[in-house]
Amino acid sequence: MENKYLKEIILQKSGVNPKKCMVCGKCSGTCPNYDSMEYHPHQFVQMVENGDIEPLLNSKSIYACLSCFACLERCPRQVEPTKLIDAVRQVVEGTRGPHHLDPNQVPSHLDDDMPQQAIVSAFRKYKK
Amino acid sequence: MNYSYFPGCTLKNKATDLEKYARISAEALGFTLEEIPDWQCCGGEYPMGKDEIASKLSSVRALASAKDAGKDLVTLCSACYNVLKQVNNDVQTDETVDFKVNNYLKEDDIEYHGETKVIHYLEILRDVIGWDNVKKAVKNPFTGKKIGAYYGCLLLRPGKVLQLDDPENPQLLEDFIKAIGGTPVIYAQRNECCGAYTMFEDNSIPENRSKKILANAEDMGADFLVTSCPLCRYNLLKNKGESKLDVVYFTELLAEALGLKEAN
Repeated sequence: MENKYLKEIILQKSGVNPKKCMVCGKCSGTCPNYDSMEYHPHQFVQMVENGDIEPLLNSKSIYACLSCFACLERCPRQVEPTKLIDAVRQVVEGTRGPHHLDPNQVPSHLDDDMPQQAIVSAFRKYKK
Repeated sequence: MNYSYFPGCTLKNKATDLEKYARISAEALGFTLEEIPDWQCCGGEYPMGKDEIASKLSSVRALASAKDAGKDLVTLCSACYNVLKQVNNDVQTDETVDFKVNNYLKEDDIEYHGETKVIHYLEILRDVIGWDNVKKAVKNPFTGKKIGAYYGCLLLRPGKVLQLDDPENPQLLEDFIKAIGGTPVIYAQRNECCGAYTMFEDNSIPENRSKKILANAEDMGADFLVTSCPLCRYNLLKNKGESKLDVVYFTELLAEALGLKEAN
């Protein structure tokens, strides 16, 4: 896929305008899962804007986003970084498969207390 | 007073207490939850993609069902609340989403353009019953109990869409705790994420998050925590380690305060 179309698709999916970002880093500063990410929220914004998308597609950081909306809420410019991270994830998971979560792996994660909410949420994020 | 009610998948399975105590407390306080027919799971996570339509349809069906009943749509689970309200906002504000969902659903004679009001059970207590009246109905107050409100993410954010409370300095659950006679404990992690669904990716994520939240609440003197989210409760309890804190559904506390718990 041509890189310029990829950027366009990600911007359309997310509705995010990375040009609004003033690179203050507040999104990454407030991210509760910062330590688990190879690329942090502010890097997603900058790298997509620069067309440097390939590393993001190949990074497990797209699965580390908690979708907690902390970065979205606290961005002083309403950039909504989580929507951009999720759009990259949607591109990766938008293939016919295989997906990040193989349903056969699910039973190994289950216990007697795990709420259905955890399973449906994981399917939505890791298998699509 | 009757409301349309969307239970969601977990309340019929692992979180039956969240629903059971909500229903009996509602009756005692003078309102009824009417489960909408043939509801489908909301999916747990709001589909963020502008072009994601199929994954928004179950929410639209629920919203349309409440519209047909002419009632506000109530949820108890934080995730259902978040997904239904964000999808409702999409239909209300994004003409493309509005067109596409209606284009698909017309085969089922469903037409929906964002008419329904999505509310959380706590909003009924705050805005309809009123905290003073909740307080008057309390028979077994939690006097002397220091209770930490755990909001997590999904009840509060995005604040502009949900508009339930101030997303950075909420007081809804603290007011609830006061109404049932307890003392709210404010701690910094009360609106930070528990790690959500990431146990499927890496167990250490919910483990680290939960430990931080519990340690913070314990340091600030909480005896136990209250939540409305089954996944938050699961993560916190699953990863509690040395922490002594229990995590309880707000409806269970409400029923206990109203003197309804022993009888059920």
